[in-house]
Amino acid sequence: MSFRNYAPAPESTVILNLRPSYGLYIGGEWVDGHGGSMTTISPSTEKPITEISLADASDIDRAVAAARKSYDTVWSRMSGSERGKYLFRIARLLQERAREFAVAETLDNGKPIRETRDIDIPLVAAWFFHYAGWADKLDYAGLGVNPRSLGVAGQIIPWNFPLLMLAWKVAPALAAGNTLVLKPAETTPLTALLFVEICEQAGLPAGVVNIVPGLGEVAGQALVGHTGVNKIAFTGSTAVGRQIARTLAGTDTRLTLELGGKGANIVFDDAAVDEAIEGIITGIFFNQGHVCCAGSRLLVQENIHDEIVEKLTRRLATLRLGDPLDKNTDIGAINSKEQLERITAISATGEAEGANRWTLDCPVPDKGFWFRPTVLTNVSTSNTVARDEIFGPVLSVLTFRTPDEAIAKANNTPYGLSAGIWTQNASRMLRVADQLRAGVIWANTFNQFDPTSPFGGYKESGFGREGGRHGLTAYLATGGAR
Amino acid sequence: MSRLAVPKTYKLFIGGKFPRSESGRTTEILSPTGAFIANVAKASRKDARDAVVAARSAWSGWAGATAYNRGQVLYRVAEMLEGRAEQFVAEIVETTGVTPAAARSEVTAAIDTLVWHAGWTDKFAQVHGGANPVAGPFFNLSVPESTGVVALVAPSSAGTSLIGLVASIAPALTTGNAVVVLASESAPCAAMTFAEVLSTSDIPGGVVNILTGDVAEVAPWLASHADVNALDLTGADTTLALECERAGAETLKRVVRPGTFGPTESAFDRIAAFVETKTVWHTKSLA
Repeated sequence: MSFRNYAPAPESTVILNLRPSYGLYIGGEWVDGHGGSMTTISPSTEKPITEISLADASDIDRAVAAARKSYDTVWSRMSGSERGKYLFRIARLLQERAREFAVAETLDNGKPIRETRDIDIPLVAAWFFHYAGWADKLDYAGLGVNPRSLGVAGQIIPWNFPLLMLAWKVAPALAAGNTLVLKPAETTPLTALLFVEICEQAGLPAGVVNIVPGLGEVAGQALVGHTGVNKIAFTGSTAVGRQIARTLAGTDTRLTLELGGKGANIVFDDAAVDEAIEGIITGIFFNQGHVCCAGSRLLVQENIHDEIVEKLTRRLATLRLGDPLDKNTDIGAINSKEQLERITAISATGEAEGANRWTLDCPVPDKGFWFRPTVLTNVSTSNTVARDEIFGPVLSVLTFRTPDEAIAKANNTPYGLSAGIWTQNASRMLRVADQLRAGVIWANTFNQFDPTSPFGGYKESGFGREGGRHGLTAYLATGGAR
Repeated sequence: MSRLAVPKTYKLFIGGKFPRSESGRTTEILSPTGAFIANVAKASRKDARDAVVAARSAWSGWAGATAYNRGQVLYRVAEMLEGRAEQFVAEIVETTGVTPAAARSEVTAAIDTLVWHAGWTDKFAQVHGGANPVAGPFFNLSVPESTGVVALVAPSSAGTSLIGLVASIAPALTTGNAVVVLASESAPCAAMTFAEVLSTSDIPGGVVNILTGDVAEVAPWLASHADVNALDLTGADTTLALECERAGAETLKRVVRPGTFGPTESAFDRIAAFVETKTVWHTKSLA
């Protein structure tokens, strides 16, 4: 046992009070779904957590009808200040039960408790708190006086930040006066179902929030294609985003999409190296790299390439991979077997195309889905690992000589979600930031999120913004693109 | 003996030049009374692709110009149009059969629309974006930037042959987009004469490209073109709009559906339809 080994410090799951099975939450009641059921498992142990009922098209129909009814009879008639108070209640209740949600999220998703406790759940509460205050101030959203809500929103969220993505969708939708039907991801429905308890404790009127776990190709498709839905908000893959955009062509349904990314993290030779190393790690190894805005392409100025790679791998060697519930864990489990297989395959392709592979030398638990942090060097722009989103803890390292080359390489992707810039030269930072075609740019930091800060992509990373005033307008009637 | 007039050859407007369609095709345009007016160029897929190339090449310069400069250039377009107002009135009367008063009011509306947008260029970012008070030691700013190359189907309803085109392209130009616009199929003459106005203004070649011809034939090529970032389908009918929106989904284009804005409408939201919000974070410290 090396001096680096810590005694285990697992967070207890005793705080959870889970039911053996969960139905769909429609119109303020738990009902059985007609799309079968599945067991949600913990990806770090493959142990079952609970049984989840799945929605089919008929369930989606009922959920949309329930949302419409509550929109027509209750929610759209309520004053903004009253709506806002419900959201404030939700924010407070989430803070009170933060520990419980952090444990549940880590159990179901596989991400380290350090992240759910310090990042996911605090941001969830912050998101509701921020949008709560908007509910009675819609006149100031820049859309004229008394802007209309859209009606029923259909929301489909991914598995990488399950409850946080719920908050990004639910908080602005409700603040703007819409009711909603939300489909959580197949592998991570747990916290969305626990969120129902928060809604009930807040006394939220029945039918305002409807939660319908289900398969994407069944429940998701039914929700997107439902003529009673006025707005679709989707976070997920670009491939599915394309399908949704096609499905909604020619309809009046409004659409916002947060899709994939292949973010460039650009390190200039005048960067503060130690801070940049931390930022590179946050950029790609935060949440096992299951982050659409991850800094998955490291663009490092050629003359400091060897130094950066050496320091990076030395620092990575101190990361601890293992039990996500352990408070010392840095790298948790991959969310699913399918995702692990995808990461494994694409990394192998990277090697086959000529990349040099460095992988963290660390033990991996017998059970569960694990992928050791990996750095691929000698990657060129045409390589698969420089073009395709991996959505895992794999960093591709490329080099550049001049700022113009860095900008050209950073923009050489159909995606445009995020980018990072590391330099001590403020003028260069701002000029490079101007030239990058990406919706979120982190300079001398990475992967920061805040409810006041608009987030969303350029190009094939989707359209629309979440966060702040911009995110609010995505749920209000306005002119403009979809 | 009366003098024989010298009629104009109507061509396309691509990259600041006036080429004929590479296809060699034209469409005969008649006046409402049936008199021959012109053989207007009938753009092809290749012309559309050339126009996208021209727009993409011109875009970075236009987007990178200062907002003050873009404002002056748009105002200059208004000046040029004002100076040729009578020519447009006569042409609109001749080609569409509206009264001189109606034509004059359309032309002045087009001029005023350009002036309105010229004034927005250096105000839009301030109104649309701003500082975000994040909970941490960060500078955080959101600014709108142009989406890129926008393809537009100009309205073809009566009385919009000029104002419909101007009201379509001005919002996109305000924030720095480059455009490829399909002029009204039934009344394309004013659009091509407007190209002469653009040509004598300070709009860089390629920032505005105007095609005439069969809209339903050309629009889907633009909608499926990977180097087009956004579509304005204000002038498309339901069938064409559906086809274009579907094609545009493959590259996740931003789409303004028909009916979102009136054919001659100027609106803040119409400008906002073709911007991307960029949010920049930077650390703050005394270190």
